[in-house]
Amino acid sequence: MKMTGAEMVVRTLEKNGVSVVFGYPGAANCPFIDKLSHSKIKHILSRNEQGACHMASGYARVTKQTGVCTATSGPGATNLLTGIATAYMDSVPLVAITGQVALPLVGKDAFQEVDITGASIPFTKHNYLVKDGMELQRIVDEAFFIAGTGRPGPVLIDIPVDIQKQEYDYPAEDKPVNIRGYKLIGKANEGQVRKVAETIRAAKQPVILAGGGVVNSDAVQELRKFVRMTQIPVVSTMTGIGVLPSDDDLYFGMIGSHGMKRANMVLNHSDLVLIMGARLGDRSIANAQRLEARTKLVHIDIDPAEIGKSVQPHIPVVGDVKDVLKQLLPQIEGYQAPGEWLDYVAKIKADWTVEEPHGDTGYVNPKYFMKRLSERVQSDAYVATEVGQNQIWATNHYIFKDPRHLITSAGFGTMGYGLPAAIGAACGTDKTVFAVMGDGSFQMDLPELGTMCQWGIPVKMVLFENKRLGMVHEHQFMHYNSNFQAVQLDGSPDFAKLAEAYGIPSATITENSQVDAGIDRLTAGKEPFLLIVSVDPFEPTGGALNESKFKKEAK
Amino acid sequence: MDRYTLSVLVENHAGVLSKVVGLFSRRGFNIHSLAVGVTHDETISRITIEVSGDENTVEQISKQLNKLIDVIKIKTLKAEDIVKRGLLMVKIKVNAKNRGEVVQIADIFRANIIDLSQQTVVAELTGGDNKLDAFLEMLEPYGIEELARTGMIALERGTNSLKV
Repeated sequence: MKMTGAEMVVRTLEKNGVSVVFGYPGAANCPFIDKLSHSKIKHILSRNEQGACHMASGYARVTKQTGVCTATSGPGATNLLTGIATAYMDSVPLVAITGQVALPLVGKDAFQEVDITGASIPFTKHNYLVKDGMELQRIVDEAFFIAGTGRPGPVLIDIPVDIQKQEYDYPAEDKPVNIRGYKLIGKANEGQVRKVAETIRAAKQPVILAGGGVVNSDAVQELRKFVRMTQIPVVSTMTGIGVLPSDDDLYFGMIGSHGMKRANMVLNHSDLVLIMGARLGDRSIANAQRLEARTKLVHIDIDPAEIGKSVQPHIPVVGDVKDVLKQLLPQIEGYQAPGEWLDYVAKIKADWTVEEPHGDTGYVNPKYFMKRLSERVQSDAYVATEVGQNQIWATNHYIFKDPRHLITSAGFGTMGYGLPAAIGAACGTDKTVFAVMGDGSFQMDLPELGTMCQWGIPVKMVLFENKRLGMVHEHQFMHYNSNFQAVQLDGSPDFAKLAEAYGIPSATITENSQVDAGIDRLTAGKEPFLLIVSVDPFEPTGGALNESKFKKEAK
Repeated sequence: MDRYTLSVLVENHAGVLSKVVGLFSRRGFNIHSLAVGVTHDETISRITIEVSGDENTVEQISKQLNKLIDVIKIKTLKAEDIVKRGLLMVKIKVNAKNRGEVVQIADIFRANIIDLSQQTVVAELTGGDNKLDAFLEMLEPYGIEELARTGMIALERGTNSLKV
């Protein structure tokens, strides 16, 4: 069958179930964009390639499908890099298709040429520079296979423009994917799983630490069954949020430097940690060696390289969390976490759960706001966040009922992620999608408001306005003797007017008593809306408002 | 810290070596020596890497390498299980008086003299690290003009082998 390289790419995307591509055109990916327009695949034009990549990432997280983005060569491709690295750190399945200068010009410093496969090696699961158009079908199929299986991640395909344009005579039948250097992890070693069961039975103070791997392996049902059966308390990393409902009696919250005190306390008082699909990054476990020395560790992960990277577990189990839980469930039947331990953690929870104050103070308490938001909207809503204080307020105080409903840049901490990720998420669901933002991160990718308007994507935006880069502001208070530098956002626009310029309605609330009405206004109707929430610049990231040193001393 | 030898079978196409080498610098692992060549199956290259570190570090290196899609197979080899060789070529300054001594040293080490001029001798030698080092130590006093040395290559002794 005769077709151009670009046609083959589009055909293979369709075959892989792609229905939307987020991207930005340029000379080097124009043949692809051209052929895309003749297919059923929708192309969503972003305002910056980075936005397109984050959109694909948000879309992937909500739909469980591999997100696809495209950019032209050179600056188009380099603009994707932050998005690709973000997806890599959070194991999001993504295929990025970049145009490249014509093959004879590669290596000649041609206009808009950059070695994007070289540049993206450290944070792609794999990448390809296509040198023969006949290979396109195989490469695109492989890219989807690699991105979406095992531990998911981003794959980049760089296609010179002449290969996109040239016509080839392809064989009628596609070959199935067979990559000799990429084999899927099989069933976990039964002896290891048996050891885990024995260890659980002997444990006096067990705790489960659930990470994004539980979500990626679709193991939530199995995990919940496991927890109901054993009554073992659960803490999670940021990407593990939602594996148990945030308000579940046995869920204690996110661990780590910005996690909940009670979650860290439960972890630190345990004698056995069942680590499931978590890589124990430095923000989750500040001192891995101490944890290793103090408590027994079982580490279950699909990526063998994660085991032994940050901690040396006592029992390593290489396998898909879902499969391992299925193997484990019949072996721990009858076991229940000791009542003494459950009483102990219940007391921790009671002692360290504080009602957020919400009297009128001239500002809105963002923690109270997030809690109220989750109480007033359907539990099937999605929450995308930016990075900074807004992210922590959202993750710790919104009550998530299920995984995948928090869309956030956890590992890479990418400001400018939330707004485009929310747009991408909204392209993959008809449920409500919130974008929770600070006024710093909002300004990183705010041109994407244009994308939202152009394509009629109804993102419900919450903007915590404190006229500061809040988290750095707080950091400078704690570690730089309150020398507040480069954190004041003077010069920001009037956000209501800015929204108006895009034809987006908005409202502003400045008191806790206005929170419910503000939320109702935000969620009414099916169009984009911006709710500006005025927040105290000295609002702490964690802790209760009235207890914080930051609040009392810095002001 | 112990020395380990990793044998890595990789896809024989452009860009693969940089993916392998980049991983070492990116993750802070040290390469002692490295040698690459195509195998009898021309779609596969064999990279031999000598690293030093503790057991956990070497295991982590091996696991990280395994994640590269272009890496087909990998084996960590222990010194006692393998034969290992490197090649060096060395140019030594000589004069009519000491040329004979240099040639004699080369003879003792079973090195080959592969080029000779009025002022220089080029010798080649294969062997393990210790032998190559000892040879160079002997030549040092005469003045080493130039030295080129390959990374080590290794194969397992006996019937064990690394195959796809």
